[in-house]
Amino acid sequence: MVTEETSASAPKMCTRDVSVFYGEKKAVDTVSIDIPREFVTAFIGPSGCGKSTFLRALNRMNDTIASARVEGTIELDGEDIYRSKMDVVQLRARVGMVFQKPNPFPKSIFENIAYGPRIHGLAANKAELETIVEKSLRRAGLWDEVKDRLNDSGTALSGGQQQRLCIARAIAVQPEVILMDEPCSALDPIATAKIEELIDELRGRYAIVIVTHSMQQAARVSQRTAFFHLGRMVEYGHTSDIFTNPREERTKDYITGRYG
Amino acid sequence: MSETLAPTRTPAFEARLRKRYAAERRFKLAGLGAILFSVAVLVFLLGTMLINGAGGFQRATLKVPVDFTTVALTVPQGLDQAAAMRTLESQGLPEVVSFAAEQALGADGGAQIGADGWRIVAEQLAANPELLRGRHEFVLPASEDLASAFSGDGQAELQPLARRLAAEGKLSNDFDPGFLTRSDATDPQQVGIWGALKGSMLTMLVTLSLAFPIGVLAALYLEEYAPKNRWTDVIEVSINNLAAVPSIIFGLLGLAVFLWMFPNMRSAPLIGGMTLALMTMPVIVIAGRNAIKAVPPSIRDGAMALGASPIQVVFHHVLPLALPGILTGTIIGMARALGETAPLLMIGMRAFVATPPDGFTDPATVLPVQIFLWSDEIDRGFVERTSAAIIVLLLFLLLMNGVAIYLRNRFEKKW
Amino acid sequence: MAEHTVKAFDEDITRLRGLIAEMGGLAELAIEEAMQALVNGDETLGEAVVARDKKLDALENEVDAMAVRTLALRAPMADDLREIIAALKIGGVLERIGDYSKNIAKRVGRIEGRSRFEPLTLLPAMGELAAEMVHDVLTAYAARDPVLAREVIERDAKVDAFYDSIFRNLVSYMVENPATISSAAHLLFIARNLERIGDHATNVAEMVHYSAVGTYPPDR
Repeated sequence: MVTEETSASAPKMCTRDVSVFYGEKKAVDTVSIDIPREFVTAFIGPSGCGKSTFLRALNRMNDTIASARVEGTIELDGEDIYRSKMDVVQLRARVGMVFQKPNPFPKSIFENIAYGPRIHGLAANKAELETIVEKSLRRAGLWDEVKDRLNDSGTALSGGQQQRLCIARAIAVQPEVILMDEPCSALDPIATAKIEELIDELRGRYAIVIVTHSMQQAARVSQRTAFFHLGRMVEYGHTSDIFTNPREERTKDYITGRYG
Repeated sequence: MSETLAPTRTPAFEARLRKRYAAERRFKLAGLGAILFSVAVLVFLLGTMLINGAGGFQRATLKVPVDFTTVALTVPQGLDQAAAMRTLESQGLPEVVSFAAEQALGADGGAQIGADGWRIVAEQLAANPELLRGRHEFVLPASEDLASAFSGDGQAELQPLARRLAAEGKLSNDFDPGFLTRSDATDPQQVGIWGALKGSMLTMLVTLSLAFPIGVLAALYLEEYAPKNRWTDVIEVSINNLAAVPSIIFGLLGLAVFLWMFPNMRSAPLIGGMTLALMTMPVIVIAGRNAIKAVPPSIRDGAMALGASPIQVVFHHVLPLALPGILTGTIIGMARALGETAPLLMIGMRAFVATPPDGFTDPATVLPVQIFLWSDEIDRGFVERTSAAIIVLLLFLLLMNGVAIYLRNRFEKKW
Repeated sequence: MAEHTVKAFDEDITRLRGLIAEMGGLAELAIEEAMQALVNGDETLGEAVVARDKKLDALENEVDAMAVRTLALRAPMADDLREIIAALKIGGVLERIGDYSKNIAKRVGRIEGRSRFEPLTLLPAMGELAAEMVHDVLTAYAARDPVLAREVIERDAKVDAFYDSIFRNLVSYMVENPATISSAAHLLFIARNLERIGDHATNVAEMVHYSAVGTYPPDR
């Protein structure tokens, strides 16, 4: 059981009154939440409640959708990621993302990991690049399984390994925050358990936000949980409180399976 | 106790099931029939071509032995071929050859080696002066009249001569590799396909180097960067329609614009290539857009989430994955361009070009036009040559497609 | 409260609560009959109480099994989780209450000369108090009523007061009448059992409060 000390430092990301619109439709409605830097935060809620949309606003991935519009403030270490001069490419290097379906590039395992550091110029020479690749694969718990076949295609790995590859790829650019959008929903229980263990190991080094459909997973993996419903954030608190004694009726209905 | 049968176990259901299988069998047979019909047509076409064209790679030749020991001909050292031939001509080589031909074939036969027979002897002497020291049997092309008489057409008077010479073993149909190295001529015995082949190659080069980059960049811009508004819709519709425009219209355009810009370059591969590039580009754009659309968005998302800029996403991830599809479109477009005759006729690439083009701005012709021109000729000898030229065109097409398919497979395997 | 999307979950909880209610009824009855047997010197009734305690034990095992099964299969959260944990603990407590009643019933035959025992008259009142506590706490459980639960907890003070006074009474009686020491000792134990029953009833009340509200009552 993880101890849940109170957060000792300022939150890594602060959001105030964030709303996200797709054209006229409001998908996220005035959400204000702080993402602590040393804990794993889970977003739970039924389908279509806006948790994935809100997650994507944190690294400006909604910019790729033409009709998407974001209001409110989102700050990373005190700097507004939309209004200030922060470069979106730099933002995405600092705030990484892992997706629901593992999406390794159709390149070799080495190239998958090396791509990020290469385009950001994080390695001065090949030796440094190899060090970064090894370190990322070790941190993702994948090194022992692939160290002999770094030139094999990334898509030849199993689903769980591919997802850990994607996590290693995100780690390779040395982000400060890692956003995970239902990372285990396409995986079997053993692969899921390995990823959850990995998330536990990464905690503290990176601020992690995980969107999940599984309440058990949110309970296992996170220290703070936010419950979303119809675009609003209904309740936020320590994970153990949310799951043993939630304050809001809607939260209670959802997590006890009385929803719908 | 009665037991009601499940609806899928009643006899009525089974009867319907049998009907369904019967319908499927009929459909399969229809499909098979269609395929067999297509294959039959293809076999018929190719077969006809091959049968007709095989003869085009041959020509009637006369064997003329020449004894140089009795004549005083010399080839000075250090001369190039043209100068050596002139020297030999001035020394009287043509008469020597005529005399030798008369000796070997008879007076009437000797006349059939044609006025330019000595040039072939001169070429070989210039390349190999040791021949002047002894006897050598030269294989010279027969005249067109004798050749057609030999194959059973043409003038009736020459047929006995042809039969006699053939019986003596002096007149025969030999394989003619020179067909692939000579250029256009009026005499079907002298004609060759190399001029048109080189012209086609140069034109295709121009077409590819213009249509491919422009087409791919246009496809990329339309898919990745263009805002989704009415203007891009208009552009998209226009490009789609452009791909369906009859090719002769592009000829008119080439005539009006390109030849107005470069009036001296009528019949040049550059102009022809530009005209064909206009025709090929829409095909590449359409295939390119579809290939780019087919790249899964998860790859783009993955690259963007790592902090790749839009250009990096396109060139590192989207383009490599779309390349097989783009190459397929290029193959289709280039194959069409290779076989186009009408637009090139319009811009005047129908000249009689006796020497192969040296560069992109020299007058040239292309294979389909050459075939068209030869098919118009009166001389019977051109019939076989036309079919042979069609075979060359098909082989060139196969080669071009083969290269493109190889490239496409290489890219597909790599990723 | 809305129903669970999975109806079987509701049925499981209903059955569990039913088992606890049944246990509660048996425990209450055991106290009443044990006290009645004591007052009337009815050994037959006492033996019946002892025999019926086995049923209570069996029910406790059934509650355990049902609770563990629900935890494993339904992964309950929030109030469902508290409900199951509460049922588990309350089952154990009710079984112990039954054991105390059994203990009282066993001592019925050992007491001689009851009509002379003055402290004996206090015990029925204490027993009634304890029985009422058990009855009311089970009502609070059925209604998920934290207010009633807290009220039951407060009543424990009275039971404790009863115990103190009976203790002093019996001790001074034993000093004055040493011949009655063994019977008096039994009475002492009976009083102690009743006091323990009161304590356990407050345990149940605390679990009822926790299950309903999510926290234990203050001054636990």
